[in-house]
Amino acid sequence: MTRPNTDASDLLLDMRGLTLGVATPDGILPVVQDLSLSLSTGETLGIVGESGCGKSLTSLAIMGLLEGTPVRVLAGEIFFRGRDLLRLSPRERRAIMGNEMSMIFQEPMTSLNPVYRIGDQIIEAIREHRPMSRRAARDRALELLTMVRIPDPAGRIDSFPHQLSGGQRQRVMIAMALAGSPRLLIADEPTTALDVTVQAQILKLIVELQKDTGMGVMLISHDLGVIAETCDRIAVMYRGRVVETAGARELFQDMRHPYTRGLLDSIPEADEDVDRLSAIPGRVPTLDETITGCAFHPRCARAGAGCDSDQPALTAFAPTHFARCHYPLEPDA
Amino acid sequence: MLGYALRRLLTLVPTLLAASLLVFLFVHLIPGDPAAVLLGDSATPEEIASLTRELGLDQPLYTQYLLWLGNVLQGDLGTSIFFRIPVTAVIADGAETSILLALMTMVWIVILGVPIGVVAASYRGTWVDQVTSGGAMLFASVPTFWLGLYLILIFSVTLGWLPSSGYPSIRDTGGLANLRYLLLPSFTLAAPNAALIIRLVRASMLDVQREDHVRTARAKGLAPWKVSVKHVFRNALIAVAAAFGFTFAALVSEAVVTETVFSLPGIGRLVVQSILRRDYPVIQGVILVIVVLYMVINLLVDLAYARLDPRVSLK
Repeated sequence: MTRPNTDASDLLLDMRGLTLGVATPDGILPVVQDLSLSLSTGETLGIVGESGCGKSLTSLAIMGLLEGTPVRVLAGEIFFRGRDLLRLSPRERRAIMGNEMSMIFQEPMTSLNPVYRIGDQIIEAIREHRPMSRRAARDRALELLTMVRIPDPAGRIDSFPHQLSGGQRQRVMIAMALAGSPRLLIADEPTTALDVTVQAQILKLIVELQKDTGMGVMLISHDLGVIAETCDRIAVMYRGRVVETAGARELFQDMRHPYTRGLLDSIPEADEDVDRLSAIPGRVPTLDETITGCAFHPRCARAGAGCDSDQPALTAFAPTHFARCHYPLEPDA
Repeated sequence: MLGYALRRLLTLVPTLLAASLLVFLFVHLIPGDPAAVLLGDSATPEEIASLTRELGLDQPLYTQYLLWLGNVLQGDLGTSIFFRIPVTAVIADGAETSILLALMTMVWIVILGVPIGVVAASYRGTWVDQVTSGGAMLFASVPTFWLGLYLILIFSVTLGWLPSSGYPSIRDTGGLANLRYLLLPSFTLAAPNAALIIRLVRASMLDVQREDHVRTARAKGLAPWKVSVKHVFRNALIAVAAAFGFTFAALVSEAVVTETVFSLPGIGRLVVQSILRRDYPVIQGVILVIVVLYMVINLLVDLAYARLDPRVSLK
């Protein structure tokens, strides 16, 4: 499952030292710090963490959608197919957005424009990057709706968003994202707002489309279960930093960071008779709280000397397995 | 949509009946005797009594109402006590001025209100926004008569560019050049309403800008102007369309002042003069026409609303 990222030509996305900050009356507060992650063609990278850990902001920064939010890129580079996105002009970035790189969002109910027919919204995405007749674009839109398995695409193409269910709307969002045949698809909590049964269908669809098109997928979720089922590689984020990253199987068999363990233990298992959910004690610290050392130490059972003063470095446990912890877990015997 | 419109027009009937009764009662509540006003100071009580009988004003109020209603249902609004000609003809005389004034006012409101509102929203927080929002606030607060008088002072008296008052009918002079008589009045009438539309367009643009689907539009790689026009403005229009209904209601009452300031022979001035003359049939006729017009405009606004927002279904 896990692909080693040694072949540089395969490298689709390479973030180095990405640091994001939000301007507040008290100064600039960091929300994502020194984030380095990469993603290869055909790979599915999962980013997991509790809300507020910076995973969504990271995806918006990659996509170029931070404008209109108070968040700014403070430092770092985002290489996409060899070009640093942060050094491109707005026009050059827009040529990539919705074309080589596209994104689907958490809220399918509100992410489509309510006043336009879904077909027209897909056609707009197609024709923005590939000049073609409306008729040709409509045929292509029908093709895309078929690809995302909307039942009766010809009948649905002229529907308005409010006439579709949440799951169907998310399929339309995916169809729109595929309009430019993207190399990279960013899916930010694509199933969070959907019914559980629909969640599985949408995830399956994303995985299948990824296999068919060979695109890279960055899947962002707070749900380690969702990530585990779909991803080749996983990065766990906590308070703006990657605390552990590894191949999916590697991570579950040999997790090193206590936070990753905590996330895993928080998933209730259906076949177990659980009286109460196991939760990570404490809460995610707010942005304006300064925590020295490891940001997780106030909630960590293993915290010891140095955890409250020194930021642990990302340490290699295997060629593709890194974690940021002074007292990492021992591999299960 | 057609079926809906027809059904809505049918519901106008009971509303109109109620409105007609109210109008009739309120008009007769105005103190003063039309016969006395008409005959002047030198009239004898006998002359007044005889004219009162002639006009049917000695009948009980409900008889007068039923008679009037019966005639109205046949399209006859009665005869003006003052002009001694049919009320429909009196209204038709003022209609040209008022309709043209209303149309030109709406043009001003649209060409000023919408673009300035869009620009203010696009440059939110900059000096452009402050100047336009401040200007809008100013024009919204200035009284119509004051603005009208100052425009006359500047453009008619000082610069001599535009006529200060009156409006010769197109039927008499046969030219659209007459419209220049309506430039100042229509701008005066438009100013406070355009200011309202500016603020509304700006506010709804800013509201829509925060919606998720605008982020989706940006994620498609659309240029900012396309996002603004196709996605933000198109959605902001829904709220603005509703405001045009209110604007029309405001125009009706503000037109009275404007027509008086500019001495325009329109419906607004007709109402005021008819009230002074106790010309009951004309007052009743004009108000009835305004009520019908108001309800039709509201119906049109609702239809426009349904066209602009597919989520609205007309039932």
